Amino acid sequence: MRKIDRIIKRHKKKGALVPLLQDVMAEYGYLPQRTIERISQELDIPLSQVYSLATFYKSFSLTPRGKYLISVCLGTACHVRGAPRIVEKLERDLGIRAGETTKDSKFTLETVNCLGACALGPLVVIDGKYFGRINLSRLDEVLKDYLK
Amino acid sequence: MRLRCPSDLVKARKLIRSRYDPKKTCVTVCCGTGCLASGARDVAETFRKEIDRRGLRPRVNLRITGCHGFCERGPLVVIYPKRIFYQRVKVLDVDEILSQTILKRKIIERLLYVDPMTGKKIVYENEVPFYKKQRRLIFGNNGRIDPTKISYYIALDGYTALAKVLYKMSPQQVIAEIKRSGLRGRGGAGFPTGQKWELCRNANSRLKYIICNADEGDPGAFMDRSLLEGNPHSVLEGMIIGAYAMGAEEGYIYVRNEYPLAIKHLTIALKEAQEWGLLGKNILGSNFSFRIRINRGAGAFVCGEESALIASLEGRIGEPRPRPPFPAQEGLWGKPTNINNVKTWANIPLIINKGARWYSKIGTKTSKGTMVFSLVGKINNTGLVEIPMGISLRKMIYEIGGGIPNGKKFKAVQTGGPSGGCIPARLIDLPVDYEKLTRAGSMMGSGGMVVMDEDTCMVNVARYFLSFTRDESCGKCTPCREGIKQMYEILDNITKGKGKESDLGLLKELAQIVKDSSLCGLGQTAPNPVLTTLRYFPEEYLAHIKDKRCPAHVCQDLIRYSLIVEKCIGCQICNKACPTGAISGEKKEPQRIDQKKCIRCGACYEACKFEAIRVE
Repeated sequence: MRKIDRIIKRHKKKGALVPLLQDVMAEYGYLPQRTIERISQELDIPLSQVYSLATFYKSFSLTPRGKYLISVCLGTACHVRGAPRIVEKLERDLGIRAGETTKDSKFTLETVNCLGACALGPLVVIDGKYFGRINLSRLDEVLKDYLK
Repeated sequence: MRLRCPSDLVKARKLIRSRYDPKKTCVTVCCGTGCLASGARDVAETFRKEIDRRGLRPRVNLRITGCHGFCERGPLVVIYPKRIFYQRVKVLDVDEILSQTILKRKIIERLLYVDPMTGKKIVYENEVPFYKKQRRLIFGNNGRIDPTKISYYIALDGYTALAKVLYKMSPQQVIAEIKRSGLRGRGGAGFPTGQKWELCRNANSRLKYIICNADEGDPGAFMDRSLLEGNPHSVLEGMIIGAYAMGAEEGYIYVRNEYPLAIKHLTIALKEAQEWGLLGKNILGSNFSFRIRINRGAGAFVCGEESALIASLEGRIGEPRPRPPFPAQEGLWGKPTNINNVKTWANIPLIINKGARWYSKIGTKTSKGTMVFSLVGKINNTGLVEIPMGISLRKMIYEIGGGIPNGKKFKAVQTGGPSGGCIPARLIDLPVDYEKLTRAGSMMGSGGMVVMDEDTCMVNVARYFLSFTRDESCGKCTPCREGIKQMYEILDNITKGKGKESDLGLLKELAQIVKDSSLCGLGQTAPNPVLTTLRYFPEEYLAHIKDKRCPAHVCQDLIRYSLIVEKCIGCQICNKACPTGAISGEKKEPQRIDQKKCIRCGACYEACKFEAIRVE
């Protein structure tokens, strides 16, 4: 059985659409169009409804993510400690806007509302690794390792 | 082990306690999210390996706990029974802690906490001012228990309240007790909990649901997460008691997807509670059955609003709906539903155990009990703080928070997240309770408290919060969707030096309309950051509009960087740091900044070690 059918089977009951899409995200890293179509067919839900969910919630993505996911915390504590300038620098250095993926599919840059590690602000997380109390020059050092 | 009656619970507790020697040395390592991000996992693993390697197991226990609250100084290590307090502990310190402190009883000076207010070194956890001034009723056990083992919670009288309720109290008595305690919802609005329960209890339906709202979305707030990570059973116990009182058989915990550790610990806690007969069919041998499911949020701030949360649980997009009917009448799947915040649930066992009378003596006339705040931003002691309602902001910021870093001046404190407001320095003696904060134009919210200093631009902060609510508005009602966007654009213009004086009147008018006519709490409170900054910091708005100047040097279009020739030694560090090549000059000669090329990123300012770059 195909991966997607296994996931659909697991959630084939009322109201489980959000957890279903979460599992698809976990499996594929994004929501491929064919999986959305399949879900709509199998669960007999209008395609528009699946799309509305997929685009309403922030943790769903319709496009594949890069090899490294860079998340910059833009919570209030990080904001007052200068996080916007960190985002600007990353946008400049990677040549993309927040929410986009580089052409070589190496980096996806995203901003998040709060990671709740405010003592470490400004905070950048690259592939689950935390870089706390970051500034522009330290960011250069950190990025160097990933740009290689 | 399955507990079949209250005396089984008492026996189990005795057995657990008899196996535990309180005099035995125990190294506790805080592994809450904050400490983990600072490297606590490696510290804990090194302790484990080293204790084994040295054959210290019979003498030393290792305990991995949830968040202790003092995130600023993490990773934290506390050594019981004396509670020696070590902070910013690194993997390389582990060997020394074992050989010196554990084996030779010597204190390692370098790892002690230095009080920034007095400069004194402090040895024991209970003497650290950050903890000493708090009253940690619901957070206190976080540092004492391993959240992945139910036995720790039971040893500390866990589930006693549940046994009492099931065998000695009727549902009505439980509700009466909660009403008498004066407990109000800790999620933000502060609705009396007992009254909310009564509405749900009285709703006519066989099926009812209860929900724990753990969709903690306010930026700068993380106390709900820390409680779920550090003491999940206290929340479960509260929910089970609530379910008994309201007559619900099914409950949900709606938790943010960004909180993987909380989800993990909750999952373990649910499984253990079930195995012990504290959840599921015939709880503690009674006729009462209740089960709980975990639902992960999918990343939408608006889902913290109860009707949006319910929509999301039902598998739809998180759009709120008009009320009435209230969830207590028509909630999840159309059935009566009660929703409370994580901290509200965690207060319940405490009230049942110690009594409403005891509880209602804590706090102020209208706000009872303690409140947990996450104290963050420009503050020395970032962390989670639990205080009795009614203590002043001054005490929070200076005595517990240790003041403002780098000798800067305190400017404002923002409470209540994007729904709250900014309270200025001159109101620093304001006591913290629901009414006082509301009167000051802000709100209690779920407990975020962001401290701002003289380097924070209040117009920029207001713009920040509006960009947040603009992005998070679900788009269903026009005032919120369009109104916030318009307000944001006006503010954006002001921060770019394109504002007009008439903008201020327009902002106020728009704010009032959005407040009055939005469908849900998100829109109704979104203008608060704008209104409070306009009210308390009008001169900052005017400086941006009239003088085209940002007094805090934050708004990039209104500042310029220049070189102080006398201070520049020509090291050219700034030159290398500049991403646009705007800085030029010979080595060992003062440099020059080309204003046309400068993008005001601040890299030179940060890089210069001689304070030779000035912001104007």
